[in-house]
Amino acid sequence: MTGQSIVLAADIPFPPSVEDFYLPSILPWGAHDNYWFTKLTALVWLTTALIIIFFLVSYRKPQLVPTKKQWLAESVYGFVRNNIAVEMIGPAGVRFAPYLTTLFTFILLNNFWGIVPLVQISPNSHIAFPAFLAIISYLMFIIVGIRHHGVVKYFKTALIPPAPWFILPLLIPIEFFSNFLVRPFSLAVRLFANMFAGHMLLLVFTLGGFAMLNANAWFLPFSLLSWVLTIALTFLEFLVICLQAYVFTVLTASYVQGALADEH
Amino acid sequence: MDIAAFTGSTAAIGYGLAAIGPGIGVGLVFSAYIQSTARQPESSRLTLPYVWIGFAVIEALALLGIAFGFIWQGQGL
Repeated sequence: MTGQSIVLAADIPFPPSVEDFYLPSILPWGAHDNYWFTKLTALVWLTTALIIIFFLVSYRKPQLVPTKKQWLAESVYGFVRNNIAVEMIGPAGVRFAPYLTTLFTFILLNNFWGIVPLVQISPNSHIAFPAFLAIISYLMFIIVGIRHHGVVKYFKTALIPPAPWFILPLLIPIEFFSNFLVRPFSLAVRLFANMFAGHMLLLVFTLGGFAMLNANAWFLPFSLLSWVLTIALTFLEFLVICLQAYVFTVLTASYVQGALADEH
Repeated sequence: MDIAAFTGSTAAIGYGLAAIGPGIGVGLVFSAYIQSTARQPESSRLTLPYVWIGFAVIEALALLGIAFGFIWQGQGL
């Protein structure tokens, strides 16, 4: 609720806190402590709709010489297929390309709301959305591994590295911990914390400018510097946004590759 | 008599300390990539995915620091 008072320069809450991530309820309008339908929910639906419409429209009448829209859609798909799926998984990766493309565009667009002027918050800055994406990837690589190897052999290749027998009691728990516990957790936390920290950073520099100006009118140059830095940080944030979408997709692909790998 | 006193959360100092390790780690990843590319430019595309995976895994530590800083804030520290 406090985040909404940015324009009212009178009483700026500084420093920003976790409270700034709880946006006011849209449906029912203005209800307190009700987070079922907020700006974030609307943004996720909007993202989903945009992606579906974009890919449907650009591939409605496919041409041999692609139109501009078709070229854009094809190059996004081609990028994920060639540079992520095939490069990480190998020729077998082509069948994972549709899922990876969906994942990539969904995360990219959701993250991108973090720097769109007047929107400036990413749904991924709440752990629920990254956590769910991570659960999907987690279930996917386990199921793919089980279907490829069978249950026993999959867990054998995933848990038992080729090592002398006396070191195995140490290695098996470590492999279990890193493959089945840390992977989904770090996948979710990485995306969440990047978007969370990015939003926090922009808030600190924007609100900090107002806070300094409120403290003393002579601080105006520092406020201006702070706001200029906000713009610079927005470009940095753009880099982080693309990188995190890429990293999430690459890591998912690499986990699938690990599940499909035959022996160590 | 207090000579100096401050208020606030020590989580900020803690996060500064926690960021040292991942900072060094990320530096090592990119230094290794730059070195290997300088020695063998044709391998640059081959090693790039591993650069990002290594970067992401190391960076996760710093990001855990951010997340836990907020989770444990205001617990008497």
